Amino acid sequence: MSRVGNLALIVVGGMLGTAARASLEAAAPAAVGQWPWTTFWINICGSLLLGMLLEVLAAGDDVGWRHSMRLGVGTGLLGGFTTYSAFSVETVGLLHAGAWASGLGYPVASVLIGIASAVVAMVVVRKLRALRTAS
Amino acid sequence: MMLIALAGGLGALLRFLVDGWVNARARAWAPRLGAPLGTVLINVTGSLLLGLVVGWLVGAGDDTWALPIGTGLLGGYTTFSTASVEAARLILAGRGLLAALHAVGMLLASVGAAALGLWIAG
Repeated sequence: MSRVGNLALIVVGGMLGTAARASLEAAAPAAVGQWPWTTFWINICGSLLLGMLLEVLAAGDDVGWRHSMRLGVGTGLLGGFTTYSAFSVETVGLLHAGAWASGLGYPVASVLIGIASAVVAMVVVRKLRALRTAS
Repeated sequence: MMLIALAGGLGALLRFLVDGWVNARARAWAPRLGAPLGTVLINVTGSLLLGLVVGWLVGAGDDTWALPIGTGLLGGYTTFSTASVEAARLILAGRGLLAALHAVGMLLASVGAAALGLWIAG
């Protein structure tokens, strides 16, 4: 696909990811001073899925359909689905509201579980590939 | 919702362009660093801008533009999944200390930037 085509894939993917995030946030908004569960799960699930996707695509060179998938689904859809800006502002909101346990627990748990999810997803894909290659 | 989605698509495109530009500069200036800096810059600037938007627009009771700019543009611009995967890659490459610095540095700088934005606008 052409460069313009791939850029268009990022925009379309970003639109879909953002629409999904906005819908979930509208359906289950976080109350003031409460743990923002919706953003939390969006970011954890997005980290897991992106780790899985990029590791699956890493089986071949980053050209052709793999390149288009990485940009459209990875950079666009999953990048647009997850958010760091809302996560930062929510953390400040919790701390500002004096909800110290959530204000410290939310950012630490999000980052640790997000990274752990990506590690587990990538390791599982590698193991499955090794099993398939061995058999 | 269409406007929010469209803004999110533009945010994702902006992220792709900024990330490529920053990482190319970082490779030229500090080829041995090995830490992806594009996502750090994107998430810190996005958090600062969202702090400003929330402080100004939501504070003024204006939700006409708060959702397209905040949830859409800045939500699509910043990313949590890429940050997690970048740290995961460093860990799996045996560079756990750099992964920890990358994750903690991004977190503290982004939360600080969001607080600064809210404070300026408040």
